[in-house]
Amino acid sequence: MHARADAADTAPTWPDDIFATLQRFDVRQVPYVPDAGHSKLIQRVLGSSTMRGIPLTTEEEGVALLAGAWAGGQRGVLLMQSSGVGNCINMLSLIPILRFPFLTLVTMRGEWGEFNPWQVPMGSTTQGVLELSGVKVLRASNAAEVLAVLEAAAAQAYNALTPTAVLLSQRLIGAKVFTK
Amino acid sequence: MSKANLLDRRQVVSALLADRNDVVAIGGLGASTNDICAAGDHARNFYLWGGMGGAAMIGLGLALAQPKLPVLVITGDGEMLMGMGSLATIGLQKPSNLSIVVLDNEAYGETGGQTSHTSAAADLVGVARSCGIRDSRAVTTMAEVEAFAKAVHDLSGGPRFANVKIDSANLERILPSRDGTYIVNRIRSDLGFQPI
Repeated sequence: MHARADAADTAPTWPDDIFATLQRFDVRQVPYVPDAGHSKLIQRVLGSSTMRGIPLTTEEEGVALLAGAWAGGQRGVLLMQSSGVGNCINMLSLIPILRFPFLTLVTMRGEWGEFNPWQVPMGSTTQGVLELSGVKVLRASNAAEVLAVLEAAAAQAYNALTPTAVLLSQRLIGAKVFTK
Repeated sequence: MSKANLLDRRQVVSALLADRNDVVAIGGLGASTNDICAAGDHARNFYLWGGMGGAAMIGLGLALAQPKLPVLVITGDGEMLMGMGSLATIGLQKPSNLSIVVLDNEAYGETGGQTSHTSAAADLVGVARSCGIRDSRAVTTMAEVEAFAKAVHDLSGGPRFANVKIDSANLERILPSRDGTYIVNRIRSDLGFQPI
């Protein structure tokens, strides 16, 4: 059984802030690889009449999908976990080449009380991998700053065509623990 | 290398795009992009020179954004094998205006003709069908290619998938633009979108 420790409360409202921001920026396609940290946002997306949630088999699919969405006139956002960033590296090359707006929201593992050593290598390099790939990185570490960080990220991604990742820190989400 | 009775890739792609009207055509990294250009440069051609494995997903994103437009992905067996999971993603979304054609020469033509998995083991038609793409066809004749080209314009019948066995001849390269921003903005402009 999975449980979460350290989270500020058991029913966080910051995913609602993210959803509201994405709606305001007219985001239509939301590819994702399922992830506990994104579960509430994914629920909101799947219940939305204007956004389409698109489950992927691997995160790199989402990068290519967003390129096609842009060619067809729609904005999107890719939801993934830090380990998924590693699956995207070659496909991220499409972003500067095609110059399409790219925003990804990454829930972090491998930091802030991580219990699973297997999450640490990718979690430790997530920011560096993104930055080496030409993606600007912003971070939200507490619920109060999520709205402002999302607003800034969406503005620079969609208005300034500046590829942007928001790292939603494990401190924000709450470290995962396994209980029997 | 060429086996008998296999189709010519340029004839196949020419037939697919002969009466294209408003079709948006996406090529995969490799010879399929050259084939699309050889059939005639067009504002709605999306040429891939990189991002191997991404062609079908670019098609899905475009098809979902423009449900009233026929979207046709034309790629190779190596490129499709790399993005095989995208067939499962497409099977789940079921975009009725998306068609995918794999030009299957059972080889990696770009890198010297090394045999691909489709030469001995992988059946991409079976994969596509198992992923929920009900209209999945194995194509071996030009008559079947022409029938598929007509089906591409039926916006209610997709997604559909065709695996076309082609010969492995290395043809003269017809090179389209390599400027990705130009390619995408040309499509967007033709669809009526303004630059930012």
